[in-house]
Amino acid sequence: MAATASKNTLPPPFDRYELDDAYDEMADSSGAVRPHYQHLYQALLGLPPEELRRRQQVADLSFLHQGITFTVYGREEGTERIFPNDLLPRIITSQEWDCIERGLEQRIRALNLFLKDVYHDGKILNDGVVPREIVYSCKHFRRQMRGLHVRKEAYITVAGSDLIRTPSGEFVVLEDNLRVPSGVSYMLVSREVMKRLFPQLFRKCGVQPIEHYSQLLLSTLRALAPPGNVEPTIVLLTPGVFNSAYFEHAFLARQMGIELVEGRDLVSHDNYVYMRTTAGLRRVDVIYRRIDDDFVDPLAFRHDSGLGVPGLFNAYRAGNVSLANALGTGVADDKALYAYVPAIIRYYLGEDPILANVETYLMSDTPQRLHVLGELEKYVVKAVGESGGYGMLIGPHSTAEQREEFRRRIEADPRNYIAQPTIHLSRAPCFLDGAVQARHVDLRPYVLFGDKVSIVPGGLTRVALRKGSLVVNSSQGGGSKDTWVLS
Amino acid sequence: MLSRVGDSLYWMSRYLERAEHTARVIQVQLDLMLERGAGSDRRNWVHLARSLGVEAAPADSALGESSVQALLHDSSERSSIVTSIMGARENARQVREQISSEMWEQLNRLFHAVRNSSGQNIWGASEFLHSIKEGAHLFQGITDSTMTHAEGWQFIQAGRFLERTVCLSILISVHFRAFHHPDHPESERAYLEWIGLLRSCTAFEAYCKAYTAQIQPDRIAEFLVLHPSFPHSIRFSAEALEAAIKEIGREAGSRRSSPVERISGRLRATLGFGQIDEIMAGGLDTYLNGILRQCGQVHGAMYQTYVAYPVETALEA
Repeated sequence: MAATASKNTLPPPFDRYELDDAYDEMADSSGAVRPHYQHLYQALLGLPPEELRRRQQVADLSFLHQGITFTVYGREEGTERIFPNDLLPRIITSQEWDCIERGLEQRIRALNLFLKDVYHDGKILNDGVVPREIVYSCKHFRRQMRGLHVRKEAYITVAGSDLIRTPSGEFVVLEDNLRVPSGVSYMLVSREVMKRLFPQLFRKCGVQPIEHYSQLLLSTLRALAPPGNVEPTIVLLTPGVFNSAYFEHAFLARQMGIELVEGRDLVSHDNYVYMRTTAGLRRVDVIYRRIDDDFVDPLAFRHDSGLGVPGLFNAYRAGNVSLANALGTGVADDKALYAYVPAIIRYYLGEDPILANVETYLMSDTPQRLHVLGELEKYVVKAVGESGGYGMLIGPHSTAEQREEFRRRIEADPRNYIAQPTIHLSRAPCFLDGAVQARHVDLRPYVLFGDKVSIVPGGLTRVALRKGSLVVNSSQGGGSKDTWVLS
Repeated sequence: MLSRVGDSLYWMSRYLERAEHTARVIQVQLDLMLERGAGSDRRNWVHLARSLGVEAAPADSALGESSVQALLHDSSERSSIVTSIMGARENARQVREQISSEMWEQLNRLFHAVRNSSGQNIWGASEFLHSIKEGAHLFQGITDSTMTHAEGWQFIQAGRFLERTVCLSILISVHFRAFHHPDHPESERAYLEWIGLLRSCTAFEAYCKAYTAQIQPDRIAEFLVLHPSFPHSIRFSAEALEAAIKEIGREAGSRRSSPVERISGRLRATLGFGQIDEIMAGGLDTYLNGILRQCGQVHGAMYQTYVAYPVETALEA
């Protein structure tokens, strides 16, 4: 599906802006600029490319000085990189946002009920709505969580669901991230930078604020504290400086004014968790953990983990400390379970899903597998347990060898793979090589769930900076841009 | 404050103090070697290594030169400048959010300067050594003027002055063992050695102001060990160390701090009430060894009290 010829008739700096089958965020199918992009479009027409380049440099420098980097795994050299940030905002209307917001809230409520059910009575499994095998064969299922009471029944405290726009312009959910979603610091930092670079445009557009994210997160975490403590101690648990998201951990801890701790700073004693301070041990009530389940407690999970806190799980089970997110949430963002989310929403809430799913084929199901293997070049194949764009085959962009390789892998372990039709993500204007060009984008809003569901308007828009690429992950050559939700 | 944060700040500061001290001592010794003539090369290298508390003396002069070279750039050498700077930066990185951006940037600059200069010959290292000293001074100035003078800053102070006390004690003790022979009149060359010692402590000018340029070992000992207000005297360092430890105890606010305050107070008193004639009569070496032992106790007590305390004792508090 190569891009069809450009219908572009726009003046510079838009002369290299191509339109094709994919939904374009800025221009409609006739090539005319959509109303909510008019302000940006006019502003760009009035700015010489040198000025745009200068602003791009200011933005890049600002990211560099703040040390906003991420780590790419699996390569030896140059593993630490500056996160590329595109200069132009991605704009969403308030009507569109309203639909996204309601859809995400519905989805998170349902998934949360699903987790509670799966780890308690298993009604949904008994009723045959979700097959048992899918749940029990998931590598993120934690049998230790069976029957454990989670405070306020809030399993998913922070979720980051990836949305994409289909060629028809409809937002659909591509996947959910319910374990330790990251990237929210890029959203906050890039907004800071954008406000400095385009102050007038920002005012003219009337953009909804996102700066209160840290306070919302803090009050969400506070709601999880064990009762009886007016001033609960909340900490952010990081794997340490070598983790790819360390910048974000430090950033959020500072924004919330809570301690950034590593596993070695915490001790568990008599089912309570304490942090070591120079003034002695201080009790910890809520842990916003940015460590995977496996590494949280070497006594309960992976015993070779040096990152966690021995005995933490017992304290958690005793209800003396809360974890956000709860352990075992990965069973609900498994890519095979994803196919059942619409059914899960109907089952628990009795409502139709507001946000649709992408059509998904389970490779563990023989007829579906045979169908997909017949035309592998049309599909995107994903390993269910992977994230970050690793372990993925993009059919139309793959070689015969790669397809053969995936065919073998799928046949060897069908439960581990799903396939989805290749969807052309929508495209948005980006400033690249001195011109405005269209690149594919997705959207990751961050959903907080404690006493109530809160979502700051916007999220992280990720961009596939390589021309024609559909992979937006930062580890695979992706970047980010600011997301403006208009009021 | 988290124990780990206090510990990292303390070590960051110790490493940096050591890097600065090492740079200055090497530079002074290189100058002196030019005066001494080639005949005494081997002894010179050994003396230099010992002054920095590095043992395993090299056998011949070529080896000696390379081992001093290692003290500059070899990251596998525990006491080298590059190891110290890397240690300081690594500790700072762990507590990146606790120190000011200016501090981090300066330490980063210093780190890159060290990395870029590897492989340089020792005789051409003068500029490099100067930049280390200057960079470390700059870092201290930035620290004092951009960081809140609260508990974390006190840990930095404690690290700096504990390291300084240790380094000075070793340096002075080695020097007196090598050059102080009261029975023999001081030769022309020894005069230069004594000036070298003063320079190694940035003390030459300050000493001259107090005693004129007349070099007398007893006076030098008194100046470097017992001077109350010269910042590179052992007594001054021990007093600054005690002040920092008291502040930490106050900020941490618990009775648990008493052992470490007692030990550091004793160290300060040992120096504050010391008499130079008594010290010399009893042997400066013995005296300084006592100081070193007490420094070790202060370090151990701090670690036990604030960082690696057993869970049980902390719960009682």
